[in-house]
Amino acid sequence: MMLAAALLAIAAPGAGQAVSSAPLANTQLADPQAEAAAQALMEELRCLTCQSQSIADSDAPMAGDMRHQVRSRIAAGESPDEVRAWLVERYGDYVTYRPGFDAATWPLFALPVLFILLAGVVLVRRLGRRGE
Amino acid sequence: MKRLWLILPFALLVLFLGLATYQLTQPKDEFVRSTMIGKPLPAFDLPGATDEAPRVASGMFADGKPRLLNVWATWCVPCIAEAPQLMELADRGVPIVGVAIRDEPEAIAKFLETYGDPYEAVARDDIAELQLAVGSSGVPETFVIDGKGVIRYQHIGDIRESDVDALYAEWEQAQ
Amino acid sequence: MIAELGLAALWLAAGLCVLQFVSGAIGVGGGADSAVGALARPAAIVQSLLLVISFACLLRVFAVTDFSVALVAANSNPDKPLIYRISGAWGNHEGSMLLWVTILGLCSALVALFEKRMDDRFMKAALAAQGFVALGFFGFLLLSSNPFARLDPPAEIGAGLNPLLQDIGLAMHPPTLYLGYVGLSVAFSFVVAALITRQAGPELARVMRPWVLAAWVALTLGIAAGSYWAYYELGWGGWWFWDPVENASLMPWLAATALLHSVSVLAARDALRTWTILLGVVAFSMSMVGTFLVRSGILTSVHAFAVDPERGAFILVLLTIYIGGAFALFALRAGSLAEGKRFAMVSREGALVVNNVMLSAILAVVLLGTLYPLLAEAFGTRVSIGPPYYNPVTAIFAVPMFLVLLIGPLLRWKRDSLSRVAVPLAIVCAILAGSVSVLVLFTGAGVLATIGLALAAALALASWLPLRGRQLRRVPLALWGSMLAHFGLAVSLCGMASESAFSVERLVAVRTGDQVEIGPFLARLESVEPVAGPNWTALEGKIAVTGNGVDTLLRPQARYFTQPFQGTSEAALLTLWNGQLYGILGEAAGDGRWQLRLWWKPFVTLIWYGGILIALGGVLSIFGHLRSSVRRRKIREEFARRRAERDAA
Repeated sequence: MMLAAALLAIAAPGAGQAVSSAPLANTQLADPQAEAAAQALMEELRCLTCQSQSIADSDAPMAGDMRHQVRSRIAAGESPDEVRAWLVERYGDYVTYRPGFDAATWPLFALPVLFILLAGVVLVRRLGRRGE
Repeated sequence: MKRLWLILPFALLVLFLGLATYQLTQPKDEFVRSTMIGKPLPAFDLPGATDEAPRVASGMFADGKPRLLNVWATWCVPCIAEAPQLMELADRGVPIVGVAIRDEPEAIAKFLETYGDPYEAVARDDIAELQLAVGSSGVPETFVIDGKGVIRYQHIGDIRESDVDALYAEWEQAQ
Repeated sequence: MIAELGLAALWLAAGLCVLQFVSGAIGVGGGADSAVGALARPAAIVQSLLLVISFACLLRVFAVTDFSVALVAANSNPDKPLIYRISGAWGNHEGSMLLWVTILGLCSALVALFEKRMDDRFMKAALAAQGFVALGFFGFLLLSSNPFARLDPPAEIGAGLNPLLQDIGLAMHPPTLYLGYVGLSVAFSFVVAALITRQAGPELARVMRPWVLAAWVALTLGIAAGSYWAYYELGWGGWWFWDPVENASLMPWLAATALLHSVSVLAARDALRTWTILLGVVAFSMSMVGTFLVRSGILTSVHAFAVDPERGAFILVLLTIYIGGAFALFALRAGSLAEGKRFAMVSREGALVVNNVMLSAILAVVLLGTLYPLLAEAFGTRVSIGPPYYNPVTAIFAVPMFLVLLIGPLLRWKRDSLSRVAVPLAIVCAILAGSVSVLVLFTGAGVLATIGLALAAALALASWLPLRGRQLRRVPLALWGSMLAHFGLAVSLCGMASESAFSVERLVAVRTGDQVEIGPFLARLESVEPVAGPNWTALEGKIAVTGNGVDTLLRPQARYFTQPFQGTSEAALLTLWNGQLYGILGEAAGDGRWQLRLWWKPFVTLIWYGGILIALGGVLSIFGHLRSSVRRRKIREEFARRRAERDAA
């Protein structure tokens, strides 16, 4: 019984930072479509206080508060891209796992295009020749 | 042309080694900086430290006086460490608004009684909405807000003795 | 005493390793007949025995929890079950380095004992290269991370092992991964020997093949196991996050997969010589780059254990010497290697070239995505790269590769025509078109998931098409292996696409007695009660699951470990033939309610079953190739004997 009391005390909320108390941190939206959109977005947003986890995956209280922001904004009719832009405005590209195309990230897209060209050239050169 | 192709792997390796060596010698930046510097403080309206205290809202930052916005919490240990430095800044005439993250009125009262109260006002931010709005990613953090309500500077982590003058200078500059 | 014995054995082994290198090097330099030059093989063999003794000593001090050994005191605790005390021996930096060196030594010994196909000079060069690689790690162990260092006075209590690591799957994970890395290092040594002795023909490929296959099997199992571990242990229901540490294990696998296929071209047709050699170096370099990224801690990861920048620097130095040296040698020598044979576009080689080019491109994308945050940081910005980047960008290369895989194995070597394979081609196209239309019409699966499921369906059949027109009993074992591996790929792909398209998640706060719907099931929280384990206590939720012919209890736990103090979440899994129900007990939500997180993941288990099939296919191939190589040797010997008889007569 002592054990039970001790464990329940550990798990109890209200110990400050232990858990987010934001209403929508761990509550799904009633509208399944809005929830799906929020869930998809949360999986692409990076938790700021954890190592490398999305806010959907993280137990950190701050991730919970961010989930609340995402769900409440999407419930209020904002599009996922608007919510993402709102966070990027505050935290920069770091907060999103989907890098945009800008001055800091263009090589991420330019290089794969180069890889495609290279792959094409190699295949044409290597395979264009007929076997003797 | 053929020779060039043969040297390519070596060249790529050298690039990687250069990058890896450079990063090994760099201190690892653990913090995510706010990108709200130079932008206006987002509007907010939060409950005060106790249920009786007046609400704290963004309007108070538009009276022409620069202020510090201190993001803190009673459950945060470094916040205890920075309390004397905040008192010193308050004594030097810097108005400081506190934002207590995920906190309780009783805990706030007890903390201020124990470690001193440098604050002009304390807002309770139970779901970190203001913290997220200003781009803060942890506690404690301190922002300098100028008289027009524009965010001018972000200090991450607890304010050490050595940070006080710099922070004071940033505040003066925001006049 | 045991610890000193282990250390002495380790020093002796290091001495023999120097001998192996020197003797091999002298052998290559032309002194093969000198006394020293003949010592490389015996040195490798005795060295491996000493390493086994040394590693056994480490296991012993961990098994009896000898707190006078610093490593034990820092990483173990007598309260742990024996199996975790033993696995604790390699659950830390020093011990894992010793394990790595031991496996490397055993592989060198195998090479020294059994490899008779190449000439003496080549073997000397290979053993010297192998010894040179091992030397760096010996230096690392003995100079900066001695696992047998004593603690005076002995510690009173141990620190314990990160509770997340107290898991049987994880205990086996590092040895598997190291087997993969070491296998690639053997291939690397052969490639270096090939560059030194300018022998890059089909024989090189045959010698490399079992090692590449074994490494690849181990890496496949390692990645599958690591992914499953993350799936049930980290408790977020995900199985792959494109986290830097995961990428670090994926990159050598991609390179090894490419190498495996180019080696088979080289072995069968003597084509792609330079390319195979380059891949051999790249594959080993990827395992070193991976180790560096994981151990140095310059990347942020959820899986980062045993991180230390100083060790990172050491690995970086080794990487510079080995890989820099090999690439320099490549730049100097590869131009003078005879070019391999040519082939037509529509041919087995042609299909395998597509496979190699696409795998290399995927590897390049993963490497770019993993390193880019470091590069951006050097320029003062921070970016995050995750699934929304990797999934579509790798798919650009993966989809054409899978399409070619559907008919590639049916093509003949050297030159073939598509009209010859028109029937199977029509069949796979029909399956592709059929499954895409069914998925688009009847499900809401996303674009990538639809493509994935359609490719999986087509590949599941196409992988067995090489049997067409063959007598089942005469199908070579290696072909069974490759078909099984390709089929496993289809199975795994099906699981991945199905999980991403059809998973359902429920996140609820419930009182005991409340009922929630999850996929085809009803889940009711029966109770939340404390339970005690050997070195932890926990809150255990009992969730009754009914529906769809199921009536059972899920028991997820929130565990609190005492040594060191840490909380973990133990997911409860209900595995059915058609998927898994995954349950997590979260925090108390106030007023007597508990957070529950439930997922229904249709066919998710196929991901790992597929991985096992792929690995099994690799094992079959190894045996097939070894058997045929023994047969070839017997035929050669028989031939030589008859000729000798004839000459005598």
